[in-house]
Amino acid sequence: MVSRRNFLIGGAAVPFLSYLELAETAFAATPKDILVVAQQLDNMTSLDPHEGFEAVGGEMISNMYQKLVRAGGNNPDDVEPVVAASWEADADSKVFTFKLADAKFASGAAVTAEDVAFSLQRAIKMNKSPAFIINQFGFTPENVEKLIVAKDEKTVTLTTEQPTAISFLLFCLSANIGAIVEKKTVIENEVNGDLGNAWLQKNSAGSGPFKLQAWKASESIALTLNENGPYKGNLKRVIIRHVVDPSSQLLMLQKGDVDIARDLTSEQLKVAQSDENIVLVRKQIASLMLISMNQTNPNLAKPQVWEAVKWAIDYEGIQKNIIPMTHAVHQSMEPAGFPGTVTDTPFKKDVAKAKALMAEAGLADGFDITMDHYSAQPSPDIAQALQANLAEIGIRVKLMSAENRQVLTKMRARQHEMALSAWGTDYFDPNSNAEVFCINKDNSDDAKKKPFAWRSSFKNDELTAKAEAARDEKDPAKRLELYEALQRDFMHNSPFAVMFQNTKTAACRKNTTGFQLGVLSEGNSYLETSKS
Amino acid sequence: MNKRFKSLAATLSSVLLTLFGLTVLTFLIGRVMPVDPVIAAVGDNAPEDVILRVRAEMGLDQPIPVQFLHYLSQLAHGDFGMSVLTKNPVAQDIVRFFPATFELATAALLLAMLIGIPLGVWAAVRQGTITDQTIRVVCLAGHSVPVFMLSLISLLIFYSWLDIAPGPGRQDIIFDGMIDTVTGILTIDTLLAGDFDAFKDALAHMAQPVIILAYFSMAYIARMTRAFMIDALKGEYVITARAKGLSLTTVIWGHAFPTVAVQLVTVIALTYAGLLEGAVVTETVFSWPGIGQYLTVSLMNADMNPVVGTTLLIGLIYVGLNLIADILYRVLDPRVQ
Amino acid sequence: MNATFRNWALDENPSSRRQAAWGNWYRIWLNLRGNPLGMIGLTIILIFIAIAIFAPLLATHDPAAQDLANRLAAPSAAHWFGTDELGRDIYSRLFYGGRVTLGMVIAVVVLVAPVGLAIGCIAGYFGGIVDTILMRITDIFLAFPRLVLALAFVAALKPGVESAVLAIALTAWPPYARMARAETLTVRGSDFIAAYRLTGGSSWRIIFRHIMPLCVPTLIVRVTLDMSSIIITAASLGFLGMGAQPPSPEWGAMIATAKRFIFEQWWVAAIPGIAIFMVSLAFNFLGDALRDVLDPKAA
Repeated sequence: MVSRRNFLIGGAAVPFLSYLELAETAFAATPKDILVVAQQLDNMTSLDPHEGFEAVGGEMISNMYQKLVRAGGNNPDDVEPVVAASWEADADSKVFTFKLADAKFASGAAVTAEDVAFSLQRAIKMNKSPAFIINQFGFTPENVEKLIVAKDEKTVTLTTEQPTAISFLLFCLSANIGAIVEKKTVIENEVNGDLGNAWLQKNSAGSGPFKLQAWKASESIALTLNENGPYKGNLKRVIIRHVVDPSSQLLMLQKGDVDIARDLTSEQLKVAQSDENIVLVRKQIASLMLISMNQTNPNLAKPQVWEAVKWAIDYEGIQKNIIPMTHAVHQSMEPAGFPGTVTDTPFKKDVAKAKALMAEAGLADGFDITMDHYSAQPSPDIAQALQANLAEIGIRVKLMSAENRQVLTKMRARQHEMALSAWGTDYFDPNSNAEVFCINKDNSDDAKKKPFAWRSSFKNDELTAKAEAARDEKDPAKRLELYEALQRDFMHNSPFAVMFQNTKTAACRKNTTGFQLGVLSEGNSYLETSKS
Repeated sequence: MNKRFKSLAATLSSVLLTLFGLTVLTFLIGRVMPVDPVIAAVGDNAPEDVILRVRAEMGLDQPIPVQFLHYLSQLAHGDFGMSVLTKNPVAQDIVRFFPATFELATAALLLAMLIGIPLGVWAAVRQGTITDQTIRVVCLAGHSVPVFMLSLISLLIFYSWLDIAPGPGRQDIIFDGMIDTVTGILTIDTLLAGDFDAFKDALAHMAQPVIILAYFSMAYIARMTRAFMIDALKGEYVITARAKGLSLTTVIWGHAFPTVAVQLVTVIALTYAGLLEGAVVTETVFSWPGIGQYLTVSLMNADMNPVVGTTLLIGLIYVGLNLIADILYRVLDPRVQ
Repeated sequence: MNATFRNWALDENPSSRRQAAWGNWYRIWLNLRGNPLGMIGLTIILIFIAIAIFAPLLATHDPAAQDLANRLAAPSAAHWFGTDELGRDIYSRLFYGGRVTLGMVIAVVVLVAPVGLAIGCIAGYFGGIVDTILMRITDIFLAFPRLVLALAFVAALKPGVESAVLAIALTAWPPYARMARAETLTVRGSDFIAAYRLTGGSSWRIIFRHIMPLCVPTLIVRVTLDMSSIIITAASLGFLGMGAQPPSPEWGAMIATAKRFIFEQWWVAAIPGIAIFMVSLAFNFLGDALRDVLDPKAA
């Protein structure tokens, strides 16, 4: 009847058949000299090393640029020379002299003291988010050119305002803010006095193993080999593809469409573990998951409540069942892998003890409270488990889920009651976390500094003094001791319940070796990665 | 002539008014979002003084009406502002992302029409029979499943188990950056470049999302075609034609269908607009770098320039499609004045 | 007893308005009964409504009871549909979730239908500047990308069932207004309306008592067909993290949290997915059948 239609519909089947055939040609495994990585790229802010201040961008930056020194290597308590070959402090511990090694930029030009001085000055002058890491030593846009000077081809001196512990200074310089950029190239591409900021979003001018070929936001980042750089391996390009869904990342890895999958969660990792074609590279990173209790809430301001909450949480149960492969129980405010970190875990689920503490606080009948948490897994699952835990001691929690940045906005505005969030350490030194958790000198709404402790209105002058003393202690061994004491003090005297530390896993195909994960994202390195 | 001009002016002014309303609404949404857009610019851990400084730089400390006027004046110069997340001008981003969605939506619509219209006709001709019921069930089923479920299941079956389809993404790694971007539509660009392998690859990557989106829209098109067709077949001239002895095929395609076609124009316009904005979920599952993804990510980070820009674009297309449908309706159907 | 009602309702010469009205509805019901797909749809919907209402009696476990050691268990005698990512019984959660999902849908409809109807009828009846303004506003909301509006609204208030309902309602009302306006324009000039005006009926009375009821059949069809897309929009909002929040057992939220294990423990996402599918399909069948019965020519 509708015969003409039938014919046409039948005809349409023919192209489909040849589609099956073309399926075989198109989906080859990735080429031998290109590394393909599946990663969530939605959090990047900038690829300018003196501006970028989050994990993914930081990782890219550290593969394109080098710093004076590198931290967190084989010996976590010390730094290794990179661009700087040697260093020394003067008698007052205020003038630091660096002698440079022989490094080359991607352009082929040698790294000179002029480049180093320019780079550090640039970091201060641009004054973006990470600048505080270096300008805490007294550098300002006005005085930096006088304080950071290139003495000759291979010597740079740095003068700090106060006497400074050299280990502290070196750790700070190992962060991406201390990246060395090629002065000539940056100046050439400067626009409207931006010191090359716009140009460095799309290009790189560094001496690291790779250089930036293209960044397509929410799509991919392409890096190509820096022939003049320190790379030892057989790769010519690294392409990082934006894949949001971890299940998709696993699928692509299993099929060989990508060589490394970066964001697998516990569910996928269990599968990957038993796959003989996949090798897991794992590292505990400097990211802590904790509950914050806002002190403006009268119930949360009671120290017995702080302790009660810490004794009500089923750390082991949650870790083992919800986040077995991505987190470990950790209760100190300093992350494991950093010098001086305490790994005690005194708190365990003890409902009786927690209830007694609640009674002591005069809250035997419990109270109602809200808890904000990220909407991205595993936060909702953990939050729900916590809700059940706290219900057992009478705290009735209403969960409020929101996008990560929404929760952050709310906390920065001090609008939360309880909040489940994560804190990533800024740079490789115990002061980084100690400062934000303990040093709060001004609790008013318009304080000039608003550290993490401020967000929950937590001010403890004793802790502040101890943290400052530890920061300024010059003897390295004594310094670590002070930090250890500070951590134990903090565990029992703060409204922050640190629960877990994050472990990152890079799932690599068997033939991909040498990819390293660092305790900070800037340690995630393709430097020694190859494919066989 | 005067009447035509007046009606054209009326239509134009209503279009502009609608767009203006869209802009106001979106702008207000941006200011109401509980996310601080500055955080997206400076990173989550940024110190307070940097945040204050950047907020002033971005002009966000001004009162809302001032910001709005500023935005309008920029818009008048064709400047859609900068995206905080991508660090590109929004206009540039849209030019980059839109073709991907356009490619998906257009291909899906063509496929939906190709299958849906004949099915609708067939169901109408066979009204009341098992064929009719079956077609209705199949179409309605497509409309009853959330698109993301279809997408996930499709990936599971065709990518994971059967290995027929490629994984998420628009093209394989080897082709990345190899094709010059002329239109942004990969299938066309690859043909223009003469790279047949890349063409096949692009087509293969498109297959799953297109088929899923097409299935979803096909239901509506088939249902509408069937309804119009049933109506048309009852018309007097059809009965006359049959009485004159013309075959059913001629009657269907020669006489009934043209009337149906005219009415379908609006349906198709609406479906297309729906496809454009409905691509959001599909783009997430298949890592398709299109407008939907761009819009959602920007919205979640309160990066409002892209949100307003994209909303205006989609709104413009929607209004434009309605306009075209209106005009076509008037042109094609001699009965309508 | 049935026979007498039947005779009374189908009486060719009804002697009262009530009898005529009942007759009308009864005829519609008879027509509907002859449509197999429609009846299937109706039955499924009634079953789900019953499940939602009697959830506490039918559930086997407390839907919020966690059992961390027994996560993601496969269906078994202890848990008929298995357990989810926190060890909660999926069977019970499905039933309780039905309350939330169906509740959301009903809430949206209750909000949208009267408002859209009223706006459309008012615009159509008064015409002129009132019409222009109301239609302009309707156009703006129609042209707005639905998902953006919903997402933005939900994000601006706090994510949750109430916000999702409001957000979906905000995007769903324009078509009703449009439809009501079209209907109103058709009947506006008719004789009986003129008659009402002559007898001194105020405009508002005419709109609410006479015109709006005329739009009801088309409204019912539209609403029933819309139900499925409302459910799906709610699930999509949940998929994007913006709908009902954990620990609510809303079906879309269940899928959203379970999609990460879809390749391994597929039943955790599949079961609520099938529930959504069945209810949507049922509404689509019913709506289709109703449309055939009430308004065969409607587009």
